[in-house]
Amino acid sequence: MLKIKDLRVEIEDQEIIKGLNLEVKAGEVHAIMGPNGSGKSTLAAVLAGRDMFRVTGGKVLYNGEDLLEKSPEQRAKEGLFLGFQYPIEIPGVSMVNFLKTAVNELRKHRGQKPLSASDFLKMMREKKELVEIHSSLTNRSVNEGFSGGEKKKNEIFQMAMLEPRLAILDETDSGLDIDALRIVANGVNQLKSKETASIVITHYQRLLDYIIPDFVHVLYDGRLVKSGGKDLALLLEEKGYEWIKEEAES
Amino acid sequence: MSAVKDKKDIKGDFITIFRENRDRIDSGSAPLMNRFRGEALEHFRQLGLPSDKSEDYRYARIESLFDKDLAHSFSVNKVSFNILDIFNCDIPDLDTNLILLVNGKYYNPKKPLIELEGGIIAGSMAEAAAKMPDLVGKYYNSMAGESDDGLVAMNTAFSQDGVFIYMPEGAVLKKPLQVVNIMIHETDLMAQHRSLIIAEENSSAKLVVCDHTLSASSFLTNSVTEIHAAAGANFSLSKIQNEHNGSAQISHTFIKQKKESSVFTNTISLHGGFIRNNISARLDEEGCENNALGLYLTDKKQYIDNFVRIDHAMPGCQSNQLFKGVLDDQASGSFNGIILVRENAQKTNAYQANNNILLTDDARINSRPQLEIYADDVKCSHGSTVGQLDDNALFYMRSRGIPEREARLMMMYAFAYEVIGRIDVKPLRKRIDDLVNKRLRGELSRCNNCAMNCG
Repeated sequence: MLKIKDLRVEIEDQEIIKGLNLEVKAGEVHAIMGPNGSGKSTLAAVLAGRDMFRVTGGKVLYNGEDLLEKSPEQRAKEGLFLGFQYPIEIPGVSMVNFLKTAVNELRKHRGQKPLSASDFLKMMREKKELVEIHSSLTNRSVNEGFSGGEKKKNEIFQMAMLEPRLAILDETDSGLDIDALRIVANGVNQLKSKETASIVITHYQRLLDYIIPDFVHVLYDGRLVKSGGKDLALLLEEKGYEWIKEEAES
Repeated sequence: MSAVKDKKDIKGDFITIFRENRDRIDSGSAPLMNRFRGEALEHFRQLGLPSDKSEDYRYARIESLFDKDLAHSFSVNKVSFNILDIFNCDIPDLDTNLILLVNGKYYNPKKPLIELEGGIIAGSMAEAAAKMPDLVGKYYNSMAGESDDGLVAMNTAFSQDGVFIYMPEGAVLKKPLQVVNIMIHETDLMAQHRSLIIAEENSSAKLVVCDHTLSASSFLTNSVTEIHAAAGANFSLSKIQNEHNGSAQISHTFIKQKKESSVFTNTISLHGGFIRNNISARLDEEGCENNALGLYLTDKKQYIDNFVRIDHAMPGCQSNQLFKGVLDDQASGSFNGIILVRENAQKTNAYQANNNILLTDDARINSRPQLEIYADDVKCSHGSTVGQLDDNALFYMRSRGIPEREARLMMMYAFAYEVIGRIDVKPLRKRIDDLVNKRLRGELSRCNNCAMNCG
């Protein structure tokens, strides 16, 4: 589904991603862990199409096509979803209008008719239950006045609404209490199928108690320096990142 | 006229036009209005046109608006087609709801004044001045006459007609009243209409004014409206400015409020080459509330200039200015908001905000808050912002599959909605909502329809 080959990314002449390789197949869950500043969020943003970064080398294939050529909205329509580390508040744009526009753009892309108002509301109700998001939140402007936890739940809610093929969750677990964490994980697990894949970026092993990854990668200094199964996450939790750094630098 | 002219003596030209046409001007108006002309012309001779050196007109190049040969329509309107044909689809209720001004003059010779519920009278300014000189004389020019703006004096000297509304004590108008200003002429034309609104104690009404151009000629409008709100009166004025970009308009709105009255103005500027709106409110007794709102969505080379002055003359009043604008292309403009709190106007609450989004590097806005506070127990605030659309929010929306253009529109619309959402006439809010949406999408070129869609 996703093939990243020797990806190099700069921001303001500073190289952040320094030759990264990763392959994600349908049905897989990949966890990317790593210390602060290793390039995790940059990787997520580049995959989603943020234009403040400059790709200086390598390529990214998504379903066999060049992902980096596509606009962010095109990527989204083709099933890519980024769960933001810091979801953005958009005053004045209602959640309903925002999601309705997004869902119908997606449907248009798939050659489906736009949802009627009542079908849309029905869909919202169903998905809201899934993420246990408070009803009143969806009557507000996008993320405006949401607490940190509500914002993260709202990311999962949007993911549930958009039903992506490849979800990239950028530290969706940070700042969540244990209940919210369970809800977020539940959302991800619900989406899991043979046709979909997830990349879960996280600092802590905690989330991986709920989302069982098929692969765990350690991103350090712009490269994936170590990959393994879910045991690697436990090892990291126990020993920290220092040994990885030492290994990588030697 | 010669093709090439030296710098025009605009003031001299107007004085000559006045002299040459005095009889026609007088005969097309009312004795009461005619009485003020001589003095006003003298006032205009002293003041002249505001120049760009004038502090109040710093960015507005008024003189350049007169840089063309403008006809004046002092005689009765001769309109070569049936104006009702254009509007009958949208506004079936012409007799009761709608007042039509064509080139600044009341257009409905059969019913120059109409009576509405509660004894409310609406119609032609000239007719009202002729039929009810005692009532009109108590108010006419009482605020405008004190203005030191040469354009206001010019209006008083030249204006023959406009809109008159009288709301007797306790009268409540349920349906809003609508004025449609239509400019239509084969050659370039100047119009100067004059309106007077008298809201007596505890009366209440809502007025919607739409400005339209129906021919491609250049138009210049210089209009004056005086609004008197007596104790407990409640009056709301929504203006929708939607003339073509070859037209220019300067509007002067004077408001005087008595005890516990409430006046709401909302000025929505969509199209129009040059727009200058002066709003001057005097909160003359205790407990008044004034809300002055505005929204401007401009592009190409449009110029928009809102100049608001709220005079807190007495204690315990509240005022709120909120002007928001989105400027695209090479559009430019200015917002100037004055809050004057006089020495004894304690317990004043006065707020002002002006927020702008510039969509290009060439768009410009000058935002000038001016607070003059002479009392010590007051709450005043002002905020002025000039910015772009938030890139992070745009990316967030695009990452959900919303195309960039749509995302930008949604954000601009969200920005504008703060003003639209406060329009107190629900059907009007909906219509303006549509208009704003269309305007932002670039689908509104020239709108023959009015904002009030009764059908």
